[in-house]
Amino acid sequence: MPLAQQPSSVPVVVDEGKCIADKGCTVCVDVCPLDVLRISDATGKAFMKYDECWYCMPCEADCPTGAVTVNIPFLLR
Amino acid sequence: MDEITEGTSQVDCDILVIGGGTAGPMAAYRAKKKNPNAKVILLEKANVKRSGAISMGMDGLNNAVIPGHSTPEQYVKEITVANDGIVDQAAVYKYAQNCYEIIQELDGFGIRFQKDENGDFDVKKVHHIGTYVLPMPNGDTVKKALYRQLKRARLLISNRYMATRLLTGKDGRIAGAIAVNTRNAEFLVVRAKAVILCMGAAGRLGLPTSGYLFGTYENAANSGDGYAMAYHAGAGLANLECFQINPLIKDYNGPACAYVAGPFGGYTANNEGMRFIECDYWSGQMMQEFYNELQSGKGPVFLKLNHLADETIGEIETILHEVERPTRGRFQVNRNNDYRHGMIEMHISEIGFCSGHSASGVYVDDNACTTVQGLYAAGDMASVPHNYMLGAFTNGAVAGEHAIDYVNEVDFADIDEDFIAAEKERVLAPTKRDDGIPPNQVEYKTRRLVNDYLQPPKVTRKMQLAQDRFAETRAVMENEMVARNAHELMRSLEVSSILDCADMAAFASLFRTESRWGLYHNRADFPERDNENWFCHSILSKDDAGQMTIKKKDVDPYIIPIEDEEKDAYDKQRIKAQA
Repeated sequence: MPLAQQPSSVPVVVDEGKCIADKGCTVCVDVCPLDVLRISDATGKAFMKYDECWYCMPCEADCPTGAVTVNIPFLLR
Repeated sequence: MDEITEGTSQVDCDILVIGGGTAGPMAAYRAKKKNPNAKVILLEKANVKRSGAISMGMDGLNNAVIPGHSTPEQYVKEITVANDGIVDQAAVYKYAQNCYEIIQELDGFGIRFQKDENGDFDVKKVHHIGTYVLPMPNGDTVKKALYRQLKRARLLISNRYMATRLLTGKDGRIAGAIAVNTRNAEFLVVRAKAVILCMGAAGRLGLPTSGYLFGTYENAANSGDGYAMAYHAGAGLANLECFQINPLIKDYNGPACAYVAGPFGGYTANNEGMRFIECDYWSGQMMQEFYNELQSGKGPVFLKLNHLADETIGEIETILHEVERPTRGRFQVNRNNDYRHGMIEMHISEIGFCSGHSASGVYVDDNACTTVQGLYAAGDMASVPHNYMLGAFTNGAVAGEHAIDYVNEVDFADIDEDFIAAEKERVLAPTKRDDGIPPNQVEYKTRRLVNDYLQPPKVTRKMQLAQDRFAETRAVMENEMVARNAHELMRSLEVSSILDCADMAAFASLFRTESRWGLYHNRADFPERDNENWFCHSILSKDDAGQMTIKKKDVDPYIIPIEDEEKDAYDKQRIKAQA
């Protein structure tokens, strides 16, 4: 059986203007307990790849440029 | 990242600590401090900097036994009574005697504890009998302070490795563990003379009412891997029928929290704004009254703060919105909730295993030793009841210091290469399929079944049906689950732990044919407590034929006697009707 691609609005938002992942920063990817953030090959910026968030906030708290915002996942907002 | 690469490396060490949350770092740190020449490895599925229950810190100590405020004897008595007597007191007593020294050590790390104008610890009363709650004004820094000490001690840290199975020698002793990298699926075989499991709660067992798989009370990384690994290595697990169920902010599913708000005058109320429980300390009996009120015409249940002075509410707000679960503030803003005006709607959490708040876990004695030689456990996954963060630190230290002496007396146990080969095959099986059911669907179904059939009040026939459904789901997991990359592989391995825990939860709950621990083991078809037949532990394990088995174990003779009139202190949680 083939797998479907279901859309899902993710809670972690990255301001690409502030994100310095293209300069080699990986802090948010490194600290996430659920390992859901990645650096995009296309943009060089961090993004939430997997919708598996505990809305815990290390990614936002440790980001050196304040580029990351953790929102409450829609299902429990 | 996430592409699957094949490969295996092997390392040897004296002590392998698995889990870098709270207990694990302290176990590794104390072992290394006692013997700086020993090789100690700390293995973590995420990153030790920000892993575990205290990823964003903690608002305070819930069980601090501090001279002048309480005594170890009084604490042991309180925990024994709060657990309906089913406690081996030696481990609780050791915790109570050692935890003050750990508080002083944490103080030395730069973690501040609240003091009054005389410079004494400002301990608050939340429990029924004693006074043990100590706020931490800079509690958000606890993980960073701890991490700094690990670096200073030159501990070997391996992040992003998920342990999948323990290795045991022919003689049954611990021989090490096998782990898989969560970003490239490479294997790591660690030979160790002792292994300390500090892998947290089984927090992804029930499904939160929001339906969001990761919206759990516990850090969602805590998928019960430690319970599953201990089980498969032949260790005994105690009282798994004593589930964890906690009172939480509805939908947000995090604590509100009565330990923070209680000492300031906040309390749990019904829809009339009235108190209905005597004591906000999280016991099974308190949870039963909470559940009763939720189901009644006076439900749902709220946390009430709006009667407090503005600056008091401000103080509570600062703690709730900056430490432990700081997104609580954002949740309240989205809902237009202001603690000054309305009340906060509360609900009960999904079920889980966690000795931090209840009493189930991998069975350990007062040295944190499990029933497998050379295998230790500490923190939320070990059987010392109600041990919270300070218990994880303290019992982690106990484990580390005992293990470092133990490894002087033993050599490596032999490793079974056939077992390692079979384990690699099991782990990688979902990556060898092009088609099938993805781990998120297997997980959702398992956890939905846990809610349908295992949530208290427990019913025999429903739990038997759960076992049938779990067996069907297991067949799918073993034969059809597909993982397309290393990240999905990690999730598929977590599903395996979750399903093992679900099976253990049903098996242990069916065994104990009485009701005990309030809501935690409320059996609708065996509603009475039966001390004559069930004043005992249950110990679940895997037998030589690979089947799940369970037996009774006597409660060890008490060190601190409990008077008859003290035994029911936690039974009378409901406030009596006003005359």
